[in-house]
Amino acid sequence: MQSELIQLSDVSHSFHTVAGETIAIQNLDLTVYEGEFLAIVGPSGCGKTTVLSLIMGLLSPTAGSVRFSREKLRLGYMLQRDHLLDHRTVEKNVLLGLEVQHRLTEESKARAFALLDTYGLGEFRTYKPQQLSGGMRQKVALIRTLALEPDVLLLDEPFSALDYQTRLKLSDEVYRIIRSEHKSAILVTHDISEAVSMADRVAVFSARPAGLRELIDIGFSADMPPLERRSRPEFHDYFDRIWKELQS
Amino acid sequence: MINTAVSKAHANYLLRIRRDARLVVIARIAVLLGFLLLWELGADLRWFDPFILSSPSRVIQTIARLYADGSLWTHIGATLFETVLGFLLGTLLGALMAVLLWWMPKLNRVLDPYLVVLNALPKIALGPVLIVWIGAGTASIVVMGVLVSLVVTTVTVLNGFLAATDEKQLLMRTLGASKLQIFTKVVLPAGIPDLISALKISVGMSWVGVIVGEYLVSKAGLGYLIVYGGQVFKLDLVMASVTVLCILAALMYYAVAFLEKKVRR
Repeated sequence: MQSELIQLSDVSHSFHTVAGETIAIQNLDLTVYEGEFLAIVGPSGCGKTTVLSLIMGLLSPTAGSVRFSREKLRLGYMLQRDHLLDHRTVEKNVLLGLEVQHRLTEESKARAFALLDTYGLGEFRTYKPQQLSGGMRQKVALIRTLALEPDVLLLDEPFSALDYQTRLKLSDEVYRIIRSEHKSAILVTHDISEAVSMADRVAVFSARPAGLRELIDIGFSADMPPLERRSRPEFHDYFDRIWKELQS
Repeated sequence: MINTAVSKAHANYLLRIRRDARLVVIARIAVLLGFLLLWELGADLRWFDPFILSSPSRVIQTIARLYADGSLWTHIGATLFETVLGFLLGTLLGALMAVLLWWMPKLNRVLDPYLVVLNALPKIALGPVLIVWIGAGTASIVVMGVLVSLVVTTVTVLNGFLAATDEKQLLMRTLGASKLQIFTKVVLPAGIPDLISALKISVGMSWVGVIVGEYLVSKAGLGYLIVYGGQVFKLDLVMASVTVLCILAALMYYAVAFLEKKVRR
């Protein structure tokens, strides 16, 4: 296995509301390796998203630590909804992150636009988000994230708001993009087949408070795209194994 | 894709749309002309007393007389100045207030009930107080215009800001945005349509404030003419002033609507 990239050790996190305290994560140990595609599956509301927020630094753990292998590890976050800004064109939306981080140069701009061209959105550059389909919008959101040149992509159920067909097609496409850009990725999902079709490893979480129940290595080669994986006989074995793990 | 080659059915459709649009315009003009005609006829045939209800011809004569002795522009000028100033100040202060409250959620929480009460209060009730504080002059009238539009602008714009914040805050945080960046890149642009709706509301509100202000204190202006006309039983003067007021208010509203079109484009 390659070198370690992100290490969560003995991480716990609780949310506080007036009604009481909710323990979202308890004593979680998880390591993400360089260049891998890790999927996290678990019952809904089990604190999967909290893990991403902790890695992203949007939340700080109540106990334990989140460590990065490098000082300046760049993280890119992709949300369930595209959150494109209606008052900006596609290209302006793609540049939003660079603008915010004061990294907008001729060079970074050209790279972002090249991404739009490469992934088939070049001719929609001057369109407003309202004129795009749901799948295209989510792709624009991905390119907005990729424009920041992240080392790791955090994908928070990025396909769950889409219809089934778009979802299969887009996850195939996103997979290719992530692989061809040589990114590491962490995908949070409640969809077992999505996890098996995209990931190198699947972390199965228990119900709240979330802990790691099982880590399953997926034996498909990284070159095999999600749609092809879905047609393989092993696919169903992995599916059943994770399914049983979630039931028990 | 929209097919630009026009089929017969589509040509018919377009024709029908255009005909409908024309019909609406004609009907609108007919309503106005019909109303004026009935009014004039009713006065001429003594269905009612034109001394009480006036008539279009008497209204026009009165406006012509005001124009001839030069006082028409004085009165229009006074009212228009007060309204535009009140409207601009009210909107500007209201928008600034909204920014402040957005920036400081705690302050917003503290002031929220006061804002609700102020919004519900008929600001006109403060008229006598303003006269005592500020004096019986133009300043009181302008302040009335400001007060009437200020609170509604604050509430409308602030709600727009908060809705945009809820939506996009998470995204901006994942991108590492500062509060100022969230404001300038997301909240302000998203709040502009709400600002424009607030303008549309407060443009009418300012007229209310200014006319009532003029009822109370003024020596000039359309509100003054209306009150004066009522007191000396010159209903022609009242109706003429109301007519001029109608035209001015409509013009100002359409100016704002035009601005809206420009911005939303």
